[in-house]
Amino acid sequence: METIYQAHINLSRFLSADGQALQALPSWTETPETLVRYYRNMVLARQLDNKIIALQRTGQMGTYASLLGAEAIEIVLGDLMQTSDVLVPYYRNHALQMLRGLSLADMLSYWGGDERGNAAPAMGEDFPNAVPIATQALHATGVATAIKIRGEKRAVVTVCGDGATSKGDFLEALNIAGVWQLPVIFMVNNNQWAISVPRALQCAAPTLAQKAIGAGIRGEQVDGNDVIALHQSISRALQHAREGKGPTLIEAISYRLSDHTTADDATRYRRHDELKSAWEREPIKRLQTFLHQQGWWDEEQESAWQTETRQMIQQGIDQYLQQSDQPVEQLIDFLYAELPDALKPQRERLIRNAQPGGNHHE
Amino acid sequence: MSNTVTMVEAINLALKSEMRQDDSVIILGEDVGVNGGVFRATVDLKDEFGLKRVLDTPLAETMIAGLSVGMAAQGLKPVAEIQFMGFIFPTMEHLICHAARLRHRTRGRLHCPMVLRVPFGGGIHAPEHHSESTEALFAHIPGLRVVIPSSPARAYGLLLAAIRNPDPVVFMEPKRIYRLNAQTVEDTGKALPLDSCYTLREGSDITLISWGAMIKETLEAADQLAEQGVQCEVIDVVTLNPIDHETMLASVAKTGRCVIIHEAPKSCAVGAEISATLAERGLLNLRAPIQRVTGYDTVMPYYRMENHYLPNTADILEAVNSTLEFS
Repeated sequence: METIYQAHINLSRFLSADGQALQALPSWTETPETLVRYYRNMVLARQLDNKIIALQRTGQMGTYASLLGAEAIEIVLGDLMQTSDVLVPYYRNHALQMLRGLSLADMLSYWGGDERGNAAPAMGEDFPNAVPIATQALHATGVATAIKIRGEKRAVVTVCGDGATSKGDFLEALNIAGVWQLPVIFMVNNNQWAISVPRALQCAAPTLAQKAIGAGIRGEQVDGNDVIALHQSISRALQHAREGKGPTLIEAISYRLSDHTTADDATRYRRHDELKSAWEREPIKRLQTFLHQQGWWDEEQESAWQTETRQMIQQGIDQYLQQSDQPVEQLIDFLYAELPDALKPQRERLIRNAQPGGNHHE
Repeated sequence: MSNTVTMVEAINLALKSEMRQDDSVIILGEDVGVNGGVFRATVDLKDEFGLKRVLDTPLAETMIAGLSVGMAAQGLKPVAEIQFMGFIFPTMEHLICHAARLRHRTRGRLHCPMVLRVPFGGGIHAPEHHSESTEALFAHIPGLRVVIPSSPARAYGLLLAAIRNPDPVVFMEPKRIYRLNAQTVEDTGKALPLDSCYTLREGSDITLISWGAMIKETLEAADQLAEQGVQCEVIDVVTLNPIDHETMLASVAKTGRCVIIHEAPKSCAVGAEISATLAERGLLNLRAPIQRVTGYDTVMPYYRMENHYLPNTADILEAVNSTLEFS
């Protein structure tokens, strides 16, 4: 018997959980700009998340998927992706979407049950959130195929959770991305929980990154709470994609510090001590400690930024709460490019029912 | 240029024609490139357009559908082949959750001009899972178009229309008549209208409504009935979603009698939808109950028994005669 193939998976980590450098840091971290920007954006994302949950609890928002614990992944991706790249997101990417230009009001509008939040011109060619799990991975390969056919230097990024890696769509996407060497990055936010199913029950493989090996593509693990490690991995993968060097699977190890959504109660299935220890590894505190040590961030800046973000968020919320109702015919008008004759009577009925005296007038 | 072609050749002609005039048309699927498709619908395309526009994919139907959604959202016009109807089911999530609603859920910011071609139906002694007629599953999905041709000329013009249409189209090809009759098809590049029934034969005594391969038996029945002095109006539904009820209502208003013929199982099929609409909006024009000549509500049989399952001309004649006898 002979060994005909061997592979390994690397884990990248630069900062320890308590913000200490574990190895020589890349040169871009020698000046504060990027790291401070990452920090500020993560704080904004977390404040926003808290605020949206509060809106949901007071009946002003629909079921919402918190991004608590995913801030570093979101922010670094959003920072490094270019406008011309394409994001094919899942439903826990709203901080990333905002960095790509989606307004707070439009983002809130989506989670508030209004598809106009998917319509914002600022989203460019980005896909709307994929709710059916892992389907977005295949759409990303289609977008990447188009980009490759046209010979453009653009990257496609798609994000999913650990649960999605169990689905055929995910594996079929890795496979075609490998065969056709597509300019796509599969970012797995391995936050350890798919609603109530823990990582260990999701897959017997010791890493999710190694699924790349079966598809013949690059795969790596990165500490998803470490912005420096994320920056390195994501930059490299984006560069590969844009230069026509093919796809990358990045498994970012994070932790879902929230419930799955506001409709979930994680205390039913998750031990408190596990959650408590995860809070010791979370991304914001880690970077804050590092920035303090470097003398790049202090209490005064923290307090000023907290105030500023609160105001920004409140402005967005005010705008969201003042949005006009959708014209009821939007329920039908965007189904086809042209309204088919067969739908015209239904459209008339819909409008009639919404009018004063109609069966559905509100 | 004039060609006498079979339906499958007409499909090939339409693909070539549209690929020549629109660089954004991309063919993809299993065995569509080097092999030219298991039914040869895509034969020679790779020679003219190269393997960059005729993509042999890995064997993964979900991927073919999901990939097409991504390509279409980028402004390409993917024309994907699913080899047989029995293998189309992995594509359903992408068709229902994404292709059919991308325009709606982004309020037109993105849309999905993809075509999924699929041979369907029985009668060619195919293996298991190769002969189903599940058009109703697709016709039920808002936002999808479902188109079924029944002749080489209509296959040519409708496929052009499907590719040019900015919305996702499931283009179902009745493979029993892929090579049945050759017909002159001019490669004019002229598309036929969608959302419209095609009246294949005018008559005043009874309306026969069908689509796909059963059009053959329906026309045969109409010929035989004509010899007995019964004038049948034969309507080819062609676009099962969105559907053109008006043409059918107008015909039944004239004839007062209607038989609907399809290969698919009877319950919850497109025939049921047509029948319900004729009753809802045309009841007082009916002089006899609507009858349906269909497959049975059972599994499409493996080929030894498929002729027991498939409706035939005698079934149609029997239904027509009992409808005519009703007074």
